[in-house]
Amino acid sequence: MTTATVTDERIARTSTVTKLLKRPEIGALVAAVVIFVFFAATTSVFATAPGASTWLRGASTIGIMAVAVALLMIGGEFDLSAGAMTGFTGLVVGVLTTEYGLNIWAAILVSLALALLVGFINGVLVMKTGLPSFIVTLGTFFVLQGIDLAGTKALIGQVAIQGMSDVPFYDSAKKVFGSAADIGGGLVYASVFWWIAVTAVATWILLRTRTGNWIFSVGGQQTAARQIGVPVFKTKVGLFMTTAGAGWLVGMLLLFTTSTVQSNTGVGQEFIYIICAVVGGCLMTGGYGSAIGAALGALIYGMVNQGIVYSGWDNNWLKAFLGVMLLGAVLLNEWVRKRAETSR
Amino acid sequence: MTSTPEQSIPTGDTDPMRTSVPAARGTAVIEVRDIGKRYGNIIALSDVSTSVRAGEVTCVLGDNGAGKSTFIKILAGAHEHSDGQLLIDGDAITLSSPRAALELGIATVYQDLAVVPLMPVWRNFFLGSEITKGFGPFKKLDVDEMKRITKSELSAMGIDLRDVEQPIGTLSGGERQCVAIARAVYFGARVLILDEPTAALGVKQSGVVLKYIAKARDRGLGVVFITHNPHHAYPVGDRFMLLRRGKSMGDFPKSEMTLEELTSMMAGGAELESLAHELEKTMGADSTIAQEMKADVT
Repeated sequence: MTTATVTDERIARTSTVTKLLKRPEIGALVAAVVIFVFFAATTSVFATAPGASTWLRGASTIGIMAVAVALLMIGGEFDLSAGAMTGFTGLVVGVLTTEYGLNIWAAILVSLALALLVGFINGVLVMKTGLPSFIVTLGTFFVLQGIDLAGTKALIGQVAIQGMSDVPFYDSAKKVFGSAADIGGGLVYASVFWWIAVTAVATWILLRTRTGNWIFSVGGQQTAARQIGVPVFKTKVGLFMTTAGAGWLVGMLLLFTTSTVQSNTGVGQEFIYIICAVVGGCLMTGGYGSAIGAALGALIYGMVNQGIVYSGWDNNWLKAFLGVMLLGAVLLNEWVRKRAETSR
Repeated sequence: MTSTPEQSIPTGDTDPMRTSVPAARGTAVIEVRDIGKRYGNIIALSDVSTSVRAGEVTCVLGDNGAGKSTFIKILAGAHEHSDGQLLIDGDAITLSSPRAALELGIATVYQDLAVVPLMPVWRNFFLGSEITKGFGPFKKLDVDEMKRITKSELSAMGIDLRDVEQPIGTLSGGERQCVAIARAVYFGARVLILDEPTAALGVKQSGVVLKYIAKARDRGLGVVFITHNPHHAYPVGDRFMLLRRGKSMGDFPKSEMTLEELTSMMAGGAELESLAHELEKTMGADSTIAQEMKADVT
């Protein structure tokens, strides 16, 4: 019998490279580097500070959502209402402040509470009914979309918030959610810092806390997790609330960066979050993935989205590119999963 | 599984007796007396008596539908018994939930539901009872400590892993069962209930699992080993309880039972004998199958 130590002479052979190749986010990292180099070489503005400022900003809000959606997907669930949530929370703040004169910070908190409530309802419905989260959140998605469009029109008579910047204390909220810092000649928006912070916290939770262990287990094999004493219900409802909370954060970032929000904000984005998470190494079936990977997936999306513009191509090529990326990533992930699940 | 890690983590080496306070070898931890279970007017189990002793293996044998799973569900706390008595450490009680059973040190390892395949071995080992260090929002997993304990606990059970970081799905079915057993032992189980641990395994892997059952027994645990294979039960068992159509066919210590008797009782002796005769007639007396069959029943 060997001595009881973690280091074993037989694992000395695994090099750092092999270890790196086992990480779920490695595919996204390689793709991100390739895409960066490509656009940096073929266009003149892509790699400049102002150019990077634009695609980083685009990637950041998508990235925050992708990271939250990745946690949820690792936990074995989907949230299709995540996109509509970003519009919903912004509209709540817009309507409450411009139409009803509520204090802006109070409105922000009301909006957060509503978002968490929707996330809670999503989670409880999925856990209590046993229905696929795909169906439950598809329902919430349509409900939110309906409220965003009809509710806003009924309350303020139009489909976009106006006069947001005249609201008292607007500047104090803008400082937190919508300001920008000049770094090296390019503007870095607050959302980019939020994105980095969210990714760091999510990675910490996933890999270094009990909650992270539970997230992997409820997505990987829920019955085994329950058997061994993991609070499955709490973990999953918490994940739905986290996604909704991220939707609120992005709602605030969009609102205070542009000082307006439209009724259809975020609709159609929910699939982009899922694509970014999958490109970052998340399995559609749950139990495996990475927050950094999802952030890299969003970075790829942001770079391609803007790179296509800089290259002067038709914008719609983005869609075709996303489809190819998604399929490639799913195939790669499935291969990785099979290797991980079968006996050696 | 229920013990808080902070209490059960030793500072020094791994003493097998550390997490649990096992009763002296041979004392009954669980005793069942004429226990039964009714679902409405259906009698799933009746008049079953046996005991589980520290440092001994009690085998529960029976064919499909014999009442094995009803019996272990009563012991595991998943179902309450409706007749007879269940005594744990001499006290008659009713187990109301799996958690209640766990708190009394009765851990159940189910065949397919034991582990999360995509998670590393060490994460599986500590799932639900993770060790943390630090305070408040900075409380984090003590990864090194958990890896170290996993490695040493597994090697104490004779499972020698190269890397506890590998997904547990890469282990063989037998090894996975063994990790689940080692985990139950580490988290203070006094009685281990194993639900058909060898059912889905090949000959060699079954042997590996049987070895760990013997290891757990040697560490002073009482083991309840559910199986339909007398050839698996006999080598490790100290006591055999046979179930047939929801009724006990008796509870025998090993000294009163040979493998042949066990096999023949399992197969329903008389029925098998007539089958042997029939085979002899149709296939000829020197056909291997008929010979083997005859050897088995006589």
